[in-house]
Amino acid sequence: MSLQFIADGLLIGSMVGLGAIGVTLTYSILGFANFVHGEFIAWGAYACLVIAGLIGLGFGIQVQPLGPFSIGWVILVAAVFAMTFTGLLALALDFLLFSRLRRHGNAIVMVMASFGASMALRSLLEFLFTSEPAYFSREIQIAIPIGLGVRVTPDQMLMLVLTAVLVLGMHLLITRTTLGRAMRAVSENPSLAAVGGIDVAAVIRRTWLIGGALACAAGIVAGITVQIRPFMGFDLLLPMFAAAILGGIGSVPGAVLGGLIVGLAESCAVQFVGAEYRAAVAFLLLIAVLLLRPTGLFGRAAG
Amino acid sequence: MLDVLGYLAFFLTTALSYALMCLGLNLQWGQTGLFNVGIAGFAAIGAYASAMLTTPPGGNHFGGFDLPILIGWIGAMLASGLAAAIIGAITLRLRADYLAITTFGIAIVIQLFALNAQSFTGGAFGIGFIPRPFANLAEHALAFELANLALVGGVTLLVFLALERLVRSPWGRVLRAIREDETAALSLGKNAKRFRLQAFVLGSAIMGLAGAIQGHFIGFIAPENYLSAITFQVWAMLIIGGSGNNRGALVGAILVWGLWSLSGAAMTTIFPPEQQVRAAALQIVAIGVLMATILLLRPRGILGEQMTVSRHLEGGTGDG
Repeated sequence: MSLQFIADGLLIGSMVGLGAIGVTLTYSILGFANFVHGEFIAWGAYACLVIAGLIGLGFGIQVQPLGPFSIGWVILVAAVFAMTFTGLLALALDFLLFSRLRRHGNAIVMVMASFGASMALRSLLEFLFTSEPAYFSREIQIAIPIGLGVRVTPDQMLMLVLTAVLVLGMHLLITRTTLGRAMRAVSENPSLAAVGGIDVAAVIRRTWLIGGALACAAGIVAGITVQIRPFMGFDLLLPMFAAAILGGIGSVPGAVLGGLIVGLAESCAVQFVGAEYRAAVAFLLLIAVLLLRPTGLFGRAAG
Repeated sequence: MLDVLGYLAFFLTTALSYALMCLGLNLQWGQTGLFNVGIAGFAAIGAYASAMLTTPPGGNHFGGFDLPILIGWIGAMLASGLAAAIIGAITLRLRADYLAITTFGIAIVIQLFALNAQSFTGGAFGIGFIPRPFANLAEHALAFELANLALVGGVTLLVFLALERLVRSPWGRVLRAIREDETAALSLGKNAKRFRLQAFVLGSAIMGLAGAIQGHFIGFIAPENYLSAITFQVWAMLIIGGSGNNRGALVGAILVWGLWSLSGAAMTTIFPPEQQVRAAALQIVAIGVLMATILLLRPRGILGEQMTVSRHLEGGTGDG
């Protein structure tokens, strides 16, 4: 038996984990399950595609792929702009919708608003770009054998490395910086944090910026290794929630580990059960966690 | 003229089937504060259960017991209620938004199962030959539409009256007490978990019934009828009509379904045929924006919650 499915699982898992960091951060700091996060992923991927196209047009150049990869430097430049754009999109949505509802203080109304906003944003993407899949590159990648019968494309390796860098960066941000400390304080107790001199509104704004940018990165990774579709974020939503809850709400390493577990479980299911029930795996994991350890692997019991 | 009347009857029948789902959601969200995003899933369970019980034998799916429609509808309520009991038992003891995530998940899994468990559900082709009520009137289109409207209207009225009575009963008061202040309700010796589970199961059973009614009205069901768009529409109906108010659920359902049908007709005239699938996405955007606007500007919806205490105190109640 080939061990290919483990490599595939780790790839899917790192993508889910990257997305789940944003979910777990907004969940613990803003206090609600944000269904729009899936849409940040899809909007981020499309934003990168459009910006890369504009750069290509603006300079009138045909960009050659970099080395063994299917993508050129334009995508990498566009990725930076797209992450900024998605962060600002998250911020704009907070300004228009969530900040106003937050004043009423009912978290479940925010969940509902996020559910409605996600439907609207996804449908808007479908209107703008149709439901036909889009690709960053038409280059065909040759998978390289890396031993034990496992083959990985150069793109996949690049994405794994980039994901690892982002995850490590996030972990350091949360544990080592003043902003990270402020974020943890707000997630523990917003009123107390405010009394302690923390600008809660600023922390919330930065959380949205970071969450949006990470969602965009996850979208670009998914877009490069798979494809870009309006429903790409929606399909990742349940795995991301499962990963965030599995890892324990508020824990960045937990979200990543949860993502890897979800990814591995999915690829095991594809290998041993069949691809058609893949989407049910995240749900079964979610139910198992809620039954056995609702606080997740790294979570603490509430209150 | 008769065509218009027939269309109106068809429109109202569909709207009322959504109104039923909306009533179920109002019991869960409006009265008890339970956030269910799996409406499509519970409607699908009901529709499939009833279809399997009532279709003639020989279909490419499980069932085909050729039972009367009424048995199918009862089976639909039982099946959806049972699914809700299992989900509720696992999630209702946890924080409120875990219910949202699990119901979101169950709707996806049910859709997946309907699509892939070919020998059980008929797969992507769905289930056809579902007996339609008053099929013997099918030759007279208008009479058929009106008879169906009367039937669905009757069921909706029955559920509406039953829920109105429940809301004013001691049971309904406990639900609202739990929603408003769980600690206080607990200290009065009310078992919050059990009441929540009861409301969740009953609401989902009503959604299952509504799904079954839709299936029998059309005569055909398929997995793509149960995408998250239905859930979204029913939520929009309740928010716009006014959550916590059964009349609001009815008004919202008819209004939103009316807007949906009108905007659908408008899209057909504005956009060329090859663009229409694309344009249909704009309808959802519009409903989403409308729902967000209502949440921001008029969170009570059109009618708002009715202050209800007890049916013995009707004189002293007013809008709250």
